[in-house]
Amino acid sequence: MLRRVSQLAMLGLQDRIWTPGELNRHVRQLLEGDYRLQDLWVAGEIANLSQPASGHLYFSLTDGSANLRCVIWRSEAEGLPRLPRDGEAVEVHGHLSVYEAGGQYQLYADRIRLAGEGELFQEFMRLKQKLEGEGLFDPERKRPLPRWPKRVGVVTSPTGAALRDVLNVLSRRYPLVEVVLSPTPVQGEAAPAAIAQALAALEACDVVLLVRGGGSMEDLWAFNTEQVVRAVAASRAPVVSGIGHETDVILADFAADRRAPTPSAAAELATPDRQDLAVEIGKLTRGLSRAWQGRRQVLHQRLGEARAALATLAPQARLAGARQRLDELAGRTALSLRHRLSLRRASVGALVQTLHAIGPLQVLGRGYALVRLSADQALVRSVGQVSPGAGLQVQVSDGSFSAQATAVPAETSEG
Amino acid sequence: MSKPKAPDQLDFEQAFEELQALVRQLEQGELPLEDSLRLFERGQALAVRCNQLLDKAQLRLRKLAPDESGGYLEEDFQPEAE
Repeated sequence: MLRRVSQLAMLGLQDRIWTPGELNRHVRQLLEGDYRLQDLWVAGEIANLSQPASGHLYFSLTDGSANLRCVIWRSEAEGLPRLPRDGEAVEVHGHLSVYEAGGQYQLYADRIRLAGEGELFQEFMRLKQKLEGEGLFDPERKRPLPRWPKRVGVVTSPTGAALRDVLNVLSRRYPLVEVVLSPTPVQGEAAPAAIAQALAALEACDVVLLVRGGGSMEDLWAFNTEQVVRAVAASRAPVVSGIGHETDVILADFAADRRAPTPSAAAELATPDRQDLAVEIGKLTRGLSRAWQGRRQVLHQRLGEARAALATLAPQARLAGARQRLDELAGRTALSLRHRLSLRRASVGALVQTLHAIGPLQVLGRGYALVRLSADQALVRSVGQVSPGAGLQVQVSDGSFSAQATAVPAETSEG
Repeated sequence: MSKPKAPDQLDFEQAFEELQALVRQLEQGELPLEDSLRLFERGQALAVRCNQLLDKAQLRLRKLAPDESGGYLEEDFQPEAE
């Protein structure tokens, strides 16, 4: 049968028989020859989005009953501000052609935008300029965040992933805070008024997190409304915004005191990290011990010096020296005994004065005391010298006073 | 200077900042032995207090709920289980 048909064709007795390849190529040329199909916008919802390892993007545009296959080559896909998502209403620009090997006609797309984005963008820019003109976004308006927040307000949906993310980060980083949730819907028509009210309702917070998870531009739209932007600017506590994803540009971000790319990042910006703090406390503890040891060493050394000074200045040592000198003088000169005695007396007097000036008194000035037994004026160096009830003379820098030993420990061995 | 509070009466911020100041003082100061010792001991107690607060802290969760007079009440809340 097949053979007969092709024989007929060869004989020219039958209309031309196509191969699939020939046909596909022909249809492709037809499509590509129609200039209206080579530069067009198609609106629809994204479905069956996939991006294999090749990096090309494949998806269908659907209007509910009909589908159109679309492809975005990797080179174009890399230029998109963000990847489209299933279910998003978009407008796609490109040209129609045929994938010959698959026999499929499809839209080769080069641009993609959210449906209605053009209009929304106009509105966004108009409002941004107006509020900017009022100074709502001025850098001077930005308030610093407290280093040690105690009460953290959170304005978001009570059921959203954003709240969960924020609570996870706060428990991990800095669970010392009290979190006050001011619940509000974050999308839909009622959202702007509800968000503004939720912001205003927070009292006595050190910082407020205004957060919402990612979504389409429409999903985030409440945060671009004048009502919400003004409520952010009017907040009593500094506001950290964390709305959508990194790439989303939101007016509320401009009015916030700090902008974070995501809800988790907002919680991080607003709190110190307890791991860093633990490290810091460790450093301080070591610094404390070091400083104390250093201080002790210095004082020890001074005590040693004072002891040595006391020893060399002890009256016996000085007197022995003086006596020797006097003997020498006596030997060398023929001084009368009287003269010798008076010289000796004067010498001793001078020595005593020197002692007072440079000896123990200086040490006493630092808070040390000399303790003598009242009975024999012996310097007390050991508890062994003191018996209970013994009278003591305590000499401090500017005089001395009497005291009595009330309790004396059992004799201890020296160590 | 007023009498310092017992370390376990201090919140984290107070304990941490006093600890910082105290280490600086001990490092720079020409303090008598007795005062140095007092600072050292207090510093140790403050560090213990800080670590204790960090280790034991539990996030406290409150939620605003509208009351009848148009204001708000604060109540405890538990986030929904994941």
